[in-house]
Amino acid sequence: MKLELREITKKFGSFAANRNVSLTVEPGEIHCLLGENGAGKSTLMNVLYGLYQPTSGEILVDDLAVEFNGPSDALDCGIGMVHQHFMLVPVFTVAENVALGSESLKGASLDLETTRSKIREISDQYGFAVDPDAVVEDLPVGVQQRVEIIKALVRDAELLILDEPTAVLTPKETDELLAIMRQLKENGTSIVFISHKLREVREVSDVITVIRRGEVVGSVSPQATPGELAAMMVGREVSLSVTKAEAQAGEEALVVSDLTVVGSNGVTLLENLNLSVAKGEILAVAGVQGNGQVEFAEALLGLRKASGSIRLEGKELVGRSVRQVLEAGVGFVPEDRSTDGLVGPFSVAENLVLDLYKDPRFRSGLSLRKRAIAANAEERIAEFDIRTGSANAHAATLSGGNQQKIVIARELSRPLKLFLASQPTRGVDVGSVEFIHERIVAERDSGVPVIIVSTELDEVYALADRIAVFFHGRLMGIVGPDTPREILGQMMAGATEDEVRATPPPDGDGGPQPPAASQRDAGPSGDDPIHHDGRAVPNAPWEEQA
Amino acid sequence: MSTATQTPAPGHGTQGEAHEGAEHVDPAALPASARRAPLGFGVLALVSLIVFAFNGPDQSVTFRISGDGDLFQVPNVVVPGLVTGWVITIALAALTVFAFLRVRSGRLTPTWSVVLYGALFVAGFLVWVVGSANNPSVSLTGLLAGGVALAVPLVFGSLSGLMCERSGVVNIAIEGQLLFGAFSAAIAGSVSGSAWVGLLAAMIGAALVSLVLAVFSITYRVNQMIVGVVLNVLVSGLTGFLFATLLESDAGRFNSPPRLPSFAIPVLSELPLVGRILFDQSIVGYFMWLAIPIVWFAVYRTRWGLRTRAIGEHPKAADTLGINVNRMRFVNVLLGGLIAGIGGSFYTLVSVTSFTRDMTSGAGYIALAALIFGRWNPIGAFLAALLFGVASNLQSVLSFLGTSMPSQFLAMLPYVITILAVAGLVGASRGPASAGQPYVKE
Repeated sequence: MKLELREITKKFGSFAANRNVSLTVEPGEIHCLLGENGAGKSTLMNVLYGLYQPTSGEILVDDLAVEFNGPSDALDCGIGMVHQHFMLVPVFTVAENVALGSESLKGASLDLETTRSKIREISDQYGFAVDPDAVVEDLPVGVQQRVEIIKALVRDAELLILDEPTAVLTPKETDELLAIMRQLKENGTSIVFISHKLREVREVSDVITVIRRGEVVGSVSPQATPGELAAMMVGREVSLSVTKAEAQAGEEALVVSDLTVVGSNGVTLLENLNLSVAKGEILAVAGVQGNGQVEFAEALLGLRKASGSIRLEGKELVGRSVRQVLEAGVGFVPEDRSTDGLVGPFSVAENLVLDLYKDPRFRSGLSLRKRAIAANAEERIAEFDIRTGSANAHAATLSGGNQQKIVIARELSRPLKLFLASQPTRGVDVGSVEFIHERIVAERDSGVPVIIVSTELDEVYALADRIAVFFHGRLMGIVGPDTPREILGQMMAGATEDEVRATPPPDGDGGPQPPAASQRDAGPSGDDPIHHDGRAVPNAPWEEQA
Repeated sequence: MSTATQTPAPGHGTQGEAHEGAEHVDPAALPASARRAPLGFGVLALVSLIVFAFNGPDQSVTFRISGDGDLFQVPNVVVPGLVTGWVITIALAALTVFAFLRVRSGRLTPTWSVVLYGALFVAGFLVWVVGSANNPSVSLTGLLAGGVALAVPLVFGSLSGLMCERSGVVNIAIEGQLLFGAFSAAIAGSVSGSAWVGLLAAMIGAALVSLVLAVFSITYRVNQMIVGVVLNVLVSGLTGFLFATLLESDAGRFNSPPRLPSFAIPVLSELPLVGRILFDQSIVGYFMWLAIPIVWFAVYRTRWGLRTRAIGEHPKAADTLGINVNRMRFVNVLLGGLIAGIGGSFYTLVSVTSFTRDMTSGAGYIALAALIFGRWNPIGAFLAALLFGVASNLQSVLSFLGTSMPSQFLAMLPYVITILAVAGLVGASRGPASAGQPYVKE
């Protein structure tokens, strides 16, 4: 199917999410839509899928103008969409989910048997291994995504929109998805692939269209370098790698031993975790979302009951209240800033002192010192380049990147003995990412031990001096920053470091080969991390594949 | 994570059994509510030990099964009170241990054990309560038949709630629907002189309550709980006012509706035990026997049902497949009103033939509890409503037998059961995920 968008404009009130966007997707082409978060990619796809009506412009399918008043119109035209957040009913079976909306009937009753055989057919064709009678909520995320693809294929989709499909996948699942995309393409299905991850985009796309602030910046071939692509996305030259000197690891500051967290329902969420972080080094915690990283951060902060021990400069933190932990010098950037990091309806100035209201600088007796708070706000806004109309604006009105800067500014505005940031750049524009990464490295260089929890491998590679890999609440190993992607990927999928090293990964799919030296500093996990030598790091793994 | 315990999940069709195999979840997946089952079991077993065993009646208890007019006679069941109390207590304790071991090994308490436990406890209670009466003999048929009659409006109320909640609208207004249905039936039946017109008016009246609920909660996205509660108060006030000004002043014209027909099906109704329950009913009672399987089939086996369940669980998913979520919710809430109206007519066209102020007296809330206790399943809701009905009926039956137990205590019984049920002490209960949340298309 050939799809053409002509001069699509979509306005919400006076704000134009898309302005005069034109693009053509040829039959059997993988067309990538590249852009930062908030650039208008998803809006455009929702227009294409009939969820939004464009303010102006037209959509042509096989050179005929069409008008979509709802998803069913788009489906009828052969357009299917796999949403970033899956549109699956968790308590339904695969067959029920696939049947929904286009059910076959036998008299008055549902005929799920027809659906089941269609699912088996597609599943066999693409090697999906999906059981039509499995309940969706019991399936792993990667399989749920395949159910979404099946949903589109059952409806004879000739064009498939994949909205940030790799955000929730492990590196291995991502590779499998890319293979499926190539297979779909061979069978003549056109694919619109939305992403902001340069590595995948360059690997699989035929054409890349870059979108910035709702407008098409240009179309390029996948041969473009990551630097060129990033510059197009952001609108200026950005350095994809973080310039950082060798870590000057000092004495061991944080020692976590035998940390175990058991959930309210008796589930073990973290099991006998042992690790330590030295002053002046960054330990990155890598892992697919939901493998105990959140629990680790919460246990450290005192939000969760834990057993074992967490010692910060010799002081025990387990069993302390959150207030006591903060006073011990822990700075914390939570994973989800909008719910845990900020109070949206509070002003920027108030958010900047959320955990400092007891500080004598900002209060006298029972009342707050408004003037000091305002002065503090001006200072931080300038220092951290927070783009806001005024210090009195509601925090919720700021962009994601600027909200994140508020949280980081607040946490770094008191003397720290440990800085812990979860997903510090999730949903943050590339320009701000650069800034935030620089601040984190600066904190390290001032001698503070830093822990970064991230599900983005690129970020892990950019910042880490050492990498701790979590899987199912257990530590799979602590490895050096030059450990190849495939090895990290396998560890994130549950292999211990020794197992991975024992069975060399199959060739292919790019990624730097393990430098011989990496064997050395990737000793038994957590053995004696202090002696990690902190050599210079290849910061941007994608550069090597160019 | 199979949170919905072991309900044979009719929604999942034929793989229900296949899914049963998946009960062997790793303890990780056990929801906190599932772990409460052994606790609930334990508490009730203790009650059984103290009440049924230690304070068991010394006399034998007779349950009569056949009536005089039956086709053939089934002998009465006579059990020794004290021994039965002990036997049942031991059985309950065994089930408690079983449930505890299951949960400890990370598995769910199976549904059959919950049902068995409930049945044993009810049996123990019956033996104890009848045994402590002066005349320890009770007609099981009469008890059940009376319970069914009391359950009729509850069942219709529950089905109305089911239609709404399965599609994602919480219906607190069942009470208002029943009451307005009863009122409309009385006034329309009296004026027209036809009970059938009364029935139709009841359905329309209750659907009007639904209409207000739908407009405010779906179109204007007002909090559904608040709209529901306000509607109940509104209907109570409105019918109370009209009762005082209109119905009471000219009862002959406005408040003396004819009765809907009741009839026994020959032969079948003479079967012992089930005959009177199933085949000697008012027309509304027969409607109930029809409505339960019809709604069950519609919810679990039709396209409408699949879509209804989908918009109650994940409306956005349904929307992306071209299903008009809010229109479907609107229609379902109206359908729910029509169903509740049939239940409302029971009050003024079947059980008595006049309307009185607030005559539903909280039945709508009990119906809501039955819906939750019955896990949003029509059959489950019916069984729960039946339990409440029998509990209410027991109160009047026992006052005939002359029991030393205060009648207030027995009157409390349905509500105590409701609290235990809704608190999830007998297994986890998971409702439609999106019930109560208005669907907003961006």
